[in-house]
Amino acid sequence: MLKSKTFVKKTRSGGVLKIVREHYLRDDIWCGSEVCTECKDDSPVLQRDAFIQSRLCTYPHYLIPDTNVVLHQIDILEDPVMRNVVILQTVLQEVRHRSAPVYKRIKDAIHEKEKHFYTFTNEHHRETFVEREQGESANDRNDRAIRVAALWYNQHLRKAPCAGELRVVLLTNDQANKEKATEDGLLAYRCEEYIKSLIGNPELVDRLALTSNEQNEITGGRVLFPEHLPLSRIQTGIKNGTFLQGTFRANRDNYLEATVFVHGEGEDGTEVLLQGLQNLNRAVHQDIVAVELFPRERWAAPSAAVLEDDHANDEDAEEEEAEKLESPALETSMLKPTGRVVGIIKRNWRPFCGMLTQSQIKEATRHLFTPADRHIPRIRIETRQASALVGHRIIVAIDGWPRNSRYPNGHFVRNLGGAGDKETETEVLLLEHDVPHQPFSKAVLSFLPRMPWAITEEDLKVRADLRHLCVCSVDPPGCTDIDDALHCRELDNGNLEVGVHIADVSHFIRPGNALDQEAANRGTTVYLCGKRIDMVPELLSSDLCSLRSNVDRLAFSCVWEMNRNAEIIRTHFTKSVINSKASLTYAEAQMRIDDATMNDDITNSLRGLNALAKILKGRRIEKGALTLSSPEVRFHMDSETHDPIDLQTKELKDTNSMVEEFMLLANISVAQKIYEEFSECALLRKHPAPPLSNYDILVKAAKSRDLEIHTDSAKALADSLNAAVLGGFPYFNTLLRILATRCMMQAIYFCSGMDSDFRHYGLASPIYTHFTSPIRRYSDIIVHRLLAVAINADGTYPDLMDKHKQSTLCNNLNYRHKMAQYAQRASVAFHTQLFFKNKGILNEEGFILFVRKNAIIILIAKFGLEGTVFFKNKGKPGPKLSFDSEGPSLTVEDQHTFHMFDKVKVTVTLDASNIQHQKIRMALVEPVIAGVSVAWPEPAAKKPKLDR
Amino acid sequence: MAGLELLSDQGYRLDGRKASELRKVQARMGVFGQADGSAYMEQGNTKALAVVYGPHEVRGSRSKSLHDRAVINCQYSMATFSTAERKRRPHGDRKSSEMSLHLKQTFEAAVLTQLYPRSQIDIYVKILQSDGGNYSACVNAATLALVDAGIPMRDYVCACTAGFAEGTALADLCHAEETGGGTALSLALLPRSQSIALVQMDARLHQDHLDTLMEAAMEACKGLSKVLDSVVRQHLQEVSVLSRD
Repeated sequence: MLKSKTFVKKTRSGGVLKIVREHYLRDDIWCGSEVCTECKDDSPVLQRDAFIQSRLCTYPHYLIPDTNVVLHQIDILEDPVMRNVVILQTVLQEVRHRSAPVYKRIKDAIHEKEKHFYTFTNEHHRETFVEREQGESANDRNDRAIRVAALWYNQHLRKAPCAGELRVVLLTNDQANKEKATEDGLLAYRCEEYIKSLIGNPELVDRLALTSNEQNEITGGRVLFPEHLPLSRIQTGIKNGTFLQGTFRANRDNYLEATVFVHGEGEDGTEVLLQGLQNLNRAVHQDIVAVELFPRERWAAPSAAVLEDDHANDEDAEEEEAEKLESPALETSMLKPTGRVVGIIKRNWRPFCGMLTQSQIKEATRHLFTPADRHIPRIRIETRQASALVGHRIIVAIDGWPRNSRYPNGHFVRNLGGAGDKETETEVLLLEHDVPHQPFSKAVLSFLPRMPWAITEEDLKVRADLRHLCVCSVDPPGCTDIDDALHCRELDNGNLEVGVHIADVSHFIRPGNALDQEAANRGTTVYLCGKRIDMVPELLSSDLCSLRSNVDRLAFSCVWEMNRNAEIIRTHFTKSVINSKASLTYAEAQMRIDDATMNDDITNSLRGLNALAKILKGRRIEKGALTLSSPEVRFHMDSETHDPIDLQTKELKDTNSMVEEFMLLANISVAQKIYEEFSECALLRKHPAPPLSNYDILVKAAKSRDLEIHTDSAKALADSLNAAVLGGFPYFNTLLRILATRCMMQAIYFCSGMDSDFRHYGLASPIYTHFTSPIRRYSDIIVHRLLAVAINADGTYPDLMDKHKQSTLCNNLNYRHKMAQYAQRASVAFHTQLFFKNKGILNEEGFILFVRKNAIIILIAKFGLEGTVFFKNKGKPGPKLSFDSEGPSLTVEDQHTFHMFDKVKVTVTLDASNIQHQKIRMALVEPVIAGVSVAWPEPAAKKPKLDR
Repeated sequence: MAGLELLSDQGYRLDGRKASELRKVQARMGVFGQADGSAYMEQGNTKALAVVYGPHEVRGSRSKSLHDRAVINCQYSMATFSTAERKRRPHGDRKSSEMSLHLKQTFEAAVLTQLYPRSQIDIYVKILQSDGGNYSACVNAATLALVDAGIPMRDYVCACTAGFAEGTALADLCHAEETGGGTALSLALLPRSQSIALVQMDARLHQDHLDTLMEAAMEACKGLSKVLDSVVRQHLQEVSVLSRD
């Protein structure tokens, strides 16, 4: 059965190495077809009646795509129409080397049963293995291997008794390969040819990626961009230091500007500024690029201007960049390293959501597509259904960006639905933020406990029975996934026993099964306005795990013995069974505490907790924990239409901070315990101290009001923030805190074995983790598992103890958390727009949060809404502006100078002229500046009509 | 660049084997006339030569000799040309003395040393070409050499490696698989009694996986013992034909 075949490979690693590997050829690799009687395949994948209706092939056929077809036309292959496709091992390996995302997608397609994709291991098949010939390039060999395999299939299937007219069809875009295949007697078509011949699936044609020879036809015009250097030259350049490698980050406010974040040695990365289309040289947000630094005299300062690329025309007109990028004489301290992109190391293109801008020419099939993400340039696509797509949200993928084209070329992937629909918009923001939101699959649901579920005797045996304790939960109103509950009681020795009881999710989600994997991938529950995307199925999140009142629930308890000074005497962790006596809202709990007539167990327990929490909080602030602020709003939703009716800033009560305090305490206790037990693989959370330069804006802003902010330590910052109070301006302190929040770094999860700095800056704690919300965060589930092992309540499993696997998991969790946060903000923004759409024009008072070169950014405290007032409109000569970056302040028409925190009056309207980026537009009302501010609008002013 | 995919979804390894399949094994006994016993062994691209002298009187200092059994002396070395990079390999470096020690322990468990008190058995093994599983090739070659020398043993000693990739145990690792991350476990087995002469594993592995890995390695050893047995029988046949003439 085994035939040995050795072949020789040369690789380069320091020197030339000759690597000899064995290569076994086998004759037990089956063709995978239902018709075949020769192969002893138990469950053939390819169907007997493989029929795709096509004008070119009127008989049943299997498709064999070559590598480039898989790489570029993966959108087509993923379509349910495409079935019975043979993916050769040669193709799969090449795809794996060249593009990880496509590899993952093709593998997903192969795993999908209905698609009947079969992987044929041709490289190890005795009859289809080909050896590289003298002088043959690796690519040519692979092409030949693909042809040989296709040929083998043809002959093999012909031998089958009832194959009928079954044939295989080779799909290739390579002309030479196609010719050779035809010579060999194979049926070979170009991908476009084949797809266009399909009957009844015209929309597939739109999804064809544009291939390079077509691009040349599109724009024959001038060359707009300098050529990218080949990879080999880039690599030598990076090695000898002439080029720098980094991640390209487009500026979302100014399309002619971008920064490249250079991955430096260790911690210190530098940023390189890029200005102008030529220097950006077709790089797209998140690409890995090589940049060349300009000499020092050509360095520039980032422009504070806000520029939008909204040319409606499809012409490749060059912009008058010189005019736009006028850079005023600046002190050299503002100059930043500036450079240009010389080559792209790795593209990081993904499908983009956005909308079509229809070409002015009616019959045109080429249109511009504007992505919702403003980091991304507009994309030119070809479609015949433009009129049907206008006004809809669609998904488009980029295929390439030729040198002579102002915009990248792409193709249409999917239509999401009408723009402005709440469903479509939610879908868009979920897709844009990469939030997995499909319903849970059958496989996942199969791991849920059978209903009716009850606590068994075995459970009780291994758990502490805490049902007699007077436990209650305190949560925001309407909360159905209750993951924490508290109790407090007096002990005989006069001390207090405080317990934090957390839903025992890890009891239900066992490591490694589909449910666990799905939760690990989702990472977190995402809360949007009026919608929740669960991390675990609803049965768990809202029922079995949720610590609802008056039912027995499994919990993981952290119980402290404390003295009256809130000093911990003993900490004890146990798996338990609890029975919550009440689920309260923050307001209800507050009422019970305040109401002196109430004297039941629950209320007393709450009072005890509240007293302790105040001591704990005082101590924490003493240590330098920060109290920050961000304008958060809640919408009151219409119960029928789910439209926002009213909006309200979130209010904080004593009880909020009471619950928070004990959660922090539990998290810290657990963090200490798991780190003690697993110094290498504890999952912890840290919050790095921000670099001092982050605080510049805060310090400057405070200085403008003659206040000083010390930023040398968290403690100093907290103290000076507390001291920064202006008489007659109560909101000032909040504004400062909002600014301080924006100076902070993101807190992240990490694995203790991979890092040495554990500090949590914001909480002023040397160690921290997340333990208290396992229903909505996967990190907490891992922490639960670690803690369970530490107290001998559960066993370990391999991945839990592997610090590299943990670290990968942490990266995913950090990413999902960040994305969830962005999605949340986007959802709030969208609902704010809906709210203002219904309101028409409003006049509100606001504060200046930032001053920019040509605009001021205003925060309206009442709505927690931020907006920009532009002083320069496109096409109109703007007023005279002078910007002082030290203040920072902006003087308009020499009449009025805007400082940070100034109070202004603005009108708020919804600007729907660009339906994709509907935005809240603000215009200045007070102070009155002739030609700049607007008059109080009449109350009956109509809202602006939609464009289309 | 993406690392190597040790096991494809179709269940094939880098070189086309399935998870439990061994590499091609070839062996010859009695390759040298002057030694008491010798054997040459190929497991895929790993090639080893083993030579046995003895039992004979203890050489060197008498103090090493044991009054109730024979001393086994092992020496392991690698040829300069055995790897992709040509490298001088001095005698007695840490790696080879460790390997020598392991071999010694393995064969002390298998050879009936109590039959030869106050004597010594020398086993010299050399790796001619290395492609993963050096230890197991050495053990298997030395077993054949001992059989060739006519030294009584409890059983064949068969050794094989096993590794772990994507939840599946892989038998008989090649070099790329050994270095491609993951764990490698070497196991020497006396197949008939199913007793383990030596087991060694350097990397970390979770306890839950140990059983499957051991199971796979033992299966592989049993497979090898059949091959070794047939080699011995074939050799006997050849020798008896020759001696008849």
